[in-house]
Amino acid sequence: MAETTQLTRHIESYVDSSSTPTHQVHSHPQFIHQYFSISKSLFSVNNTYALQVASLDAIGVLIKTNALTLEALVRELDMYLTSTDAVIRSRGILLLAEVLTRIQSKPLNSETIHSLVGFFKEKMVDWKAVRGAILGCLALIRRKSVVGMVTGSDAKAIARSFLQNLQVQSLGQYDRKICFELLDYLLEHHADTVASLEEDLIFGTCEAIDLEKDPECLMFAFHIVDSLARLYPDPSGPLASFARDLFDILAPYFPIHFTHPTSGDTHVQRDDLSRTLMSAFSSTPLFEPFVIPLLLEKLSSSLQSAKIDSLKYLRVCSSKYGAERIAKYAGDIWSALKDTLYTYLGEPAFSSTLASIDGIDFPKDEIVIEALSLLQQLVVQNSGQLVTLIVDDEDVNFIINTIASYEMYDTISVQEKKKLHAIGRILYITAKTSIPSCNALFQSLFLRMMDNLGFSVSNVDGLQSGGIFDSQRVKFGFLYICIELLAGCRELVILSEEKQGTYCTILHSFSNVLFNAFGSVLAVSADRCPFDPDIYIGVKGLQILAMFHLDVFPIPKSTFENILKKFMSIIIDDFNKTVLWNATLKALFHIGSFVQNISESEKAMSYRSFVVDKTMELLSLHDIALPFSLKVEALSDIGMTGMKNMLTILQGLEGTVFANLSEVYACRNLTSSEIAVQLLECYSCKLLPWVNENGGAEEFVVQFAVEIWSQAGNSMDSNAPSEEKGLLDAMMKAMKVSVGCCSVESQNVIIQKAYSMLSTHTSFQLNDVERLPLTFGKYDISPRDEGILLLFTSVIIALRPKTHIPNIRGLLHLFILTLLRGVVPVAQALGSMFNKLISKSSVVEKSGELTLEEALDVIFNTKIVFSCNNMLQRCNGSSNGSEMALTDLCLSITNDRSLQTNAICGLSWIGKGLLLRGHEKIKDITMIFIECLISDTKISLPLIEGSHENNEEQKWDPLARKCAAEAFHVLMSDAEVCLNKKFHATIRPLYKQRFFSSMMPIFQQLISRSDSSLSRCLLLRAFAHVMSDTPLIVILNEAKKLIPILLDCLSMLTKDIQDKDILYGLLLVLSGMLTEKNGQEAVIENAHIIINCLIKLVDYPHKTLVRETAIQCLVALSELPHARIYPLRTQVLRALPKCLDDTKRSVRHEAVKCRQAWASIASSRSIRF
Amino acid sequence: MVTGLINANPIIYEKKQRQQRSTQSLQGDEYTVEPIDHLEVFDILFANFHFCFAFTFIGYRDIKDPEHPYSLEELKVITEEAVEVNDQNSYVRVTFTPTVEHCSMATIIGLCLRVKLLRSLPSRYKVDIRVAPGSHATEAAVNKQLNDKERVAAALENPNLVDMVDECLAPSYE
Repeated sequence: MAETTQLTRHIESYVDSSSTPTHQVHSHPQFIHQYFSISKSLFSVNNTYALQVASLDAIGVLIKTNALTLEALVRELDMYLTSTDAVIRSRGILLLAEVLTRIQSKPLNSETIHSLVGFFKEKMVDWKAVRGAILGCLALIRRKSVVGMVTGSDAKAIARSFLQNLQVQSLGQYDRKICFELLDYLLEHHADTVASLEEDLIFGTCEAIDLEKDPECLMFAFHIVDSLARLYPDPSGPLASFARDLFDILAPYFPIHFTHPTSGDTHVQRDDLSRTLMSAFSSTPLFEPFVIPLLLEKLSSSLQSAKIDSLKYLRVCSSKYGAERIAKYAGDIWSALKDTLYTYLGEPAFSSTLASIDGIDFPKDEIVIEALSLLQQLVVQNSGQLVTLIVDDEDVNFIINTIASYEMYDTISVQEKKKLHAIGRILYITAKTSIPSCNALFQSLFLRMMDNLGFSVSNVDGLQSGGIFDSQRVKFGFLYICIELLAGCRELVILSEEKQGTYCTILHSFSNVLFNAFGSVLAVSADRCPFDPDIYIGVKGLQILAMFHLDVFPIPKSTFENILKKFMSIIIDDFNKTVLWNATLKALFHIGSFVQNISESEKAMSYRSFVVDKTMELLSLHDIALPFSLKVEALSDIGMTGMKNMLTILQGLEGTVFANLSEVYACRNLTSSEIAVQLLECYSCKLLPWVNENGGAEEFVVQFAVEIWSQAGNSMDSNAPSEEKGLLDAMMKAMKVSVGCCSVESQNVIIQKAYSMLSTHTSFQLNDVERLPLTFGKYDISPRDEGILLLFTSVIIALRPKTHIPNIRGLLHLFILTLLRGVVPVAQALGSMFNKLISKSSVVEKSGELTLEEALDVIFNTKIVFSCNNMLQRCNGSSNGSEMALTDLCLSITNDRSLQTNAICGLSWIGKGLLLRGHEKIKDITMIFIECLISDTKISLPLIEGSHENNEEQKWDPLARKCAAEAFHVLMSDAEVCLNKKFHATIRPLYKQRFFSSMMPIFQQLISRSDSSLSRCLLLRAFAHVMSDTPLIVILNEAKKLIPILLDCLSMLTKDIQDKDILYGLLLVLSGMLTEKNGQEAVIENAHIIINCLIKLVDYPHKTLVRETAIQCLVALSELPHARIYPLRTQVLRALPKCLDDTKRSVRHEAVKCRQAWASIASSRSIRF
Repeated sequence: MVTGLINANPIIYEKKQRQQRSTQSLQGDEYTVEPIDHLEVFDILFANFHFCFAFTFIGYRDIKDPEHPYSLEELKVITEEAVEVNDQNSYVRVTFTPTVEHCSMATIIGLCLRVKLLRSLPSRYKVDIRVAPGSHATEAAVNKQLNDKERVAAALENPNLVDMVDECLAPSYE
């Protein structure tokens, strides 16, 4: 009982006409103009709509849980379903339909379904209730067979009623859509039964989809045509007589072109629609007489998308319609294709980079790509016919016959170049598509070409033996066509299974001729003024020849070797012809990679002996003219062809490096030093990254690193000359990168070795250092010790967090002491250590392992003992002036100014390490820096004890304070040398954002309160560093507060020429604010001060980029609201003329734009504005 | 004002490949002076503000046909060679070639060129605009009119003319 009333309530809430959304708004149009009431009614509309859906769901649940039978529901609904009030009736039917869609998975017996079908089918007549009827049919017809589905005869009955009663095009968008859905479903899933409706069905469909314009409905409509065509495939079937009409309905949609941009609510994209239309077009061969002429006509349209679509449709239609039907259009399509290629094929890229390894490299163009794939489709399908067309084509023959007249690329006229390129591409595609087409091309065109040039098959033998190619007869066009043909043929070989063909035989007999031809073009163009395309063609040709698979196109091994020899001789001798040299090296690289990949042992052997070994030999040959830098370049490129070659190259490199190193230490040989530096650079910048990417050579890397250590320990001189700085840097870099790419185990090996070297070969007493008090000045660091120490720091910097560092406490002490001597890498190593140390909370108590907290304790509290000559004047918070911790040192006043700057610098790197991992101690460290910055003002920071004790007599060293400002740069900037991903730093996400938000209020307060110009300057400088390295998005949120400070920073930074880089960085932040939407509001408020500031920057003499960016900012400002900037206009226009006369072109260029932009906001104009 | 066509069917020339500047390497040096040269002036006239005369001035008076946005460059009214610059003496001379001998638009084109240059070059420059010898029926008169600063100033007092010039010079960033 309770359920029944509940059901009634649900039903009433749904059917109740007074609250149906559409009804309500429409039935009270008189209220619509009243804003208040409409907003109220909209609210209630939303509300009732939700309620209605909820009632539907509730009823659905009732039925699904068997609390209510469908029959009971129908009985309950009885009155609504048959009411004479159209509104109530339609709601009632809709309710039943909606409920049915919600119980798709509930089994129903066939009788129920049959009677429901009967009901809904009947209701299609009732146009007022038509939505419910269609929806109900749709819900029923979508049922799966396991839960009881509509029988064939019922489906047919639905279809018949649909065709008889529905005027689809007179319905609304949603109703049309469900109509199409229903029809589509019928055709898709009840094809057999519906098929018998024949002409009625076709005619009804035509009528339904005619003049449809909604994209979503069209998606279905096109699909319906597709299904319909599949239903009646018979060429003499019922569809045949309607094909013309059906196509006439479809044709106007092509090409799909949206006149209005798609709004948010339609989700149909142009491409989807176009694809569906394409499958409708290609659905039946019956359309062929109409489709192909239409497509050919549209191909000449000026609309880019129409062209692309036509080509695409042509391709798909040809494959669907079949060769026979397409045959009669082949000629037309061919000539259309040719024209398209002539027009749209761009200039090929004759660059020595040789980006692609196949054929000539053309700029990507969608039309060209489509055209070529259409051609390929045709060649596959109508092979014989198309090849005949190509071979007999007058343009092709023209090109082939006049090849003789093209001697160099430059001598060809623009029109002929275009033809040459297009024909080349066509031949390439044709050759690569199928073996018969390739054979045909070679037999006719290639042989004809050879004949024209005077090599007929008969005299080939003579050439084979003689092998001398008359260089005068080398023709660019000939070689060009050859390359396209060969490239196509090579791809064919790779793709096809069958490995033999006439073309192979022909190529085989001409391989020597080709080799000589390509070879001689290199010789010739090298003699003449070398122009890129000719060289490119020569090198490319040889490369393609060398890259044929041995088993198909057996270019004799000797030819392959000849090619390699030819290339190597160019590498050795022609180094002053840069283009040729680079192209050759790249070609060798490609050949090498190819040979490695296909594992052709014979070729690989030749490659190794002729190229790899030869390149290795180059290293030790001193008497050839090839500059060493080029040798190294060749070495690395050849190495990168494969792991096996790489290992060989690495071995050779290692040998040479160590030979040269010992030479350096033994005889102070400067050239050896240079050689070693170059090799190490190449090792760390090129070879190691490659090895790292391809894996598998870690053993070598470890061995190399250990070997460097042995070498360094044994032979690093006790008083290394200053020229060796470069060498040491290169060694450090190589060491750092090698360690960086090793695993933990390998790193352990290296660090052990390094540690033993550090403890045995230097005068640092590492084992004692921990026990004794830290005494500054204890060590006099000899250059040799410093060298080893630096090398050691580069190991530390690159370690992974898990790697075990021996005697870490001792090292820490050593580092602190050497840090005060001003050795920056030591500070970086310390920073890395602090970044990676495990913290106490996460570590299981292990004896001897130093935790982060202990290490911090050392930094903050362990006293360093100073001897008398480093006597400190005063020390903060410490009773004894000769003993203080590192952090105190930063805040103290010493005789030795470098001591303090070194301490600050060291602390900044430690701070960076902590900042990256997000450790809270960074706060203390930054406070120390800030204390330094404001040390002459009387503001006391509550955060730091003792700061108020400062008395006024103190004279802080401004240099040290500036160093503290720079410390913020160290903290915020991304370091190249350490503490980055490459060297396994622990990096907390968004650390910059966090730091910025914690620092901003402090700086803001201090800057506004600071009363001394110097400390204000320093604060601004420090904050400038922070701002310029913070992600823009955070800055934007605070734009309002930041702009005044930022402008202060900018004007402060213009004073010193050394600040130009930070000035530029900060200006970029400002320009970011100007261009981003978020920052605009703040910008509008401050427009006048921003403009004042920018006007000062437009003639900043020390950096062009600053001037350029300042002017660009002014352009951006000109887009602000007119009222705000109009008063500022004269000011800007007065400042700009001097930029028009700037010394740099780029600045003048921007100035012209800026002037135009600002002048155009004025109402009256004059000649000079 | 002119109505109808003056040259209904102008010859369209292919755009010439720009000469590549070879001074890119000097970019590194902050203080090197890059003098204003003829390429730059040409760029000011075309690359920068590719002022699109469409057919407005050459042919159809009122039709701007977006399908055929021919610029003065494509019509070879001005070529790179026709711009002569002497940075040291602050002197620039532009010679342009009207498409037909009796083109009544020659003065307007000249005026546009002059205004564009006055606005874009430093004020130290003297600008000289000329019709190519033999390319126009009333060559001397046009030259005189274009280089008479009183008459130029007077022309720019005319709001209709100023509007027309501004329309031509409106930037159409490609």
